[in-house]
Amino acid sequence: MSPYEEVILDHWKNPRNKGRLADPDLVGMEVNPLCGDAVRLELKVKEGRVTDVRFAGEGCAISQAAASLLTELVLGRTLAELREMKDEELLSALGGVIPTRLRCALLPMQALRKALKTSA
Amino acid sequence: MIDVAKIRADFPILGRLENGKPLIYLDSAATSQKPRQVIEAEARFYAERNANVRRGLYLLAHEATELYEAARKKIAAFLNAYPEEIVFTRGTTEALNLAAWALGETRVSAGDKILVTEMEHHANLLPWQEMARRKNAELLAIPINKEGELDLSAFHKALDRRTRVVALAHASNVLGTINPVQEIAEGAHKVGAVVVLDAAQSVPHMPIDVKELGADILAFSGHKMLGPTGIGVLWAKGDLLGDWPPFLTGGEMIREVWLDRATWADPPARFEAGTPPIAQAVGLAAAVEYLETIGMAAVQAHGQELTALALEGLLARPFVEIYGPRDPQKRGPLVAFNLRGLHPHDVATLLDQEGICIRAGHHCAQPLHRKLGIPASCRASFYLYNTSDEVEALLAALGRVWESMR
Repeated sequence: MSPYEEVILDHWKNPRNKGRLADPDLVGMEVNPLCGDAVRLELKVKEGRVTDVRFAGEGCAISQAAASLLTELVLGRTLAELREMKDEELLSALGGVIPTRLRCALLPMQALRKALKTSA
Repeated sequence: MIDVAKIRADFPILGRLENGKPLIYLDSAATSQKPRQVIEAEARFYAERNANVRRGLYLLAHEATELYEAARKKIAAFLNAYPEEIVFTRGTTEALNLAAWALGETRVSAGDKILVTEMEHHANLLPWQEMARRKNAELLAIPINKEGELDLSAFHKALDRRTRVVALAHASNVLGTINPVQEIAEGAHKVGAVVVLDAAQSVPHMPIDVKELGADILAFSGHKMLGPTGIGVLWAKGDLLGDWPPFLTGGEMIREVWLDRATWADPPARFEAGTPPIAQAVGLAAAVEYLETIGMAAVQAHGQELTALALEGLLARPFVEIYGPRDPQKRGPLVAFNLRGLHPHDVATLLDQEGICIRAGHHCAQPLHRKLGIPASCRASFYLYNTSDEVEALLAALGRVWESMR
């Protein structure tokens, strides 16, 4: 396994849904002060379902590609489904992540969980 | 000139693979690799001489004690110091904590001043922060200039009669900068301040004579100079240690103990509570012997040669930004850098796929990285077993990393 599968390089070079929403319903942000990685996730929700999403952030390719990919995974899903979402789903969508970089890949998941908490 | 091929044959780990590629180890500033002479010295101690020191009355314990004290003498001679000035600690961190605590107890009162620098490793910042807090003293950091060198005019301006301690890195673990200890010590001593040197990145890489250096206190680690982990050295000049109260209390550091009080052993034993790192001291002595056989001047020249090659190659690549002095003569054997727009963790992970081990992160120097305006950096560091081919391999691999991530 290469630590930088094609999917990671693709999302790193061409991030999806990057930017900000004008009027987000849910916002979650997570930072790793050790390396400076930061991910902010903004969700638009209608009738309990994610209708629009953006991420902003900076940091390593793995954290930013994971954030980009996560925006695709959450779009169209219900908040109830997202609360059940497992780390493994994102990791396997990324093509697997080497153990030394798991923390980078899961930073966007923590941002998502923070966003969901604000909806409770 | 040193015979690197011959040296490499002494380091068993250099024969292993990293991700299926020959290991290119460029992280000796974090910890050095160990020659079989050190590994065998430690193993031999356990196999043939193992006993606790200073208390057994049998021959074996006597032999262990002799070896432990012989290690102290060996290290003292290496630094041109006296054995009574050498305290064995767990490492640089513990040595600096001991020094900061003891100086706080004996020399610092409310309103006094402690000077550090912006380039300190956390190990030479936090002990002073804590001491300053405890004593209500003022902690001031001497700034660095654009070249990554100390702003000496700011240092002289900050220095006054209230200054009790000046604590600084001898060589920066990020910038590589070798600080002008003599000039700093001269200024500090004029106002009666004690100079404490974090020598973790200098003692392994250059000849050190504490009688010439100018510092009053020196701390370094065994594991960065071919020795075992778990042992470090605190050197303190002359009778400085004599005034200090113990830092840790317990076995082996006492003269007499009653239920309600105790009197302390003379230094250095006063600062070595509990069973010391005996096998590690023996291993460190073997490491010092190994370095002495090669010669510290030769070790330094080799490090500078590799650093010059790395600097030249990195500066020639427009996508690389480097930190610290451009002149390899002003540096220890390490270079911190970034690839523009890439996070150092990505660079390190991709280099590792080619068998190249570098450090990426803040290198325990967050305030310095904040000053440089970057969250983290890559760092390649060299030692006597590294070759110019390995430096070239790093430079070539950085080009491939840059291309693959654009």
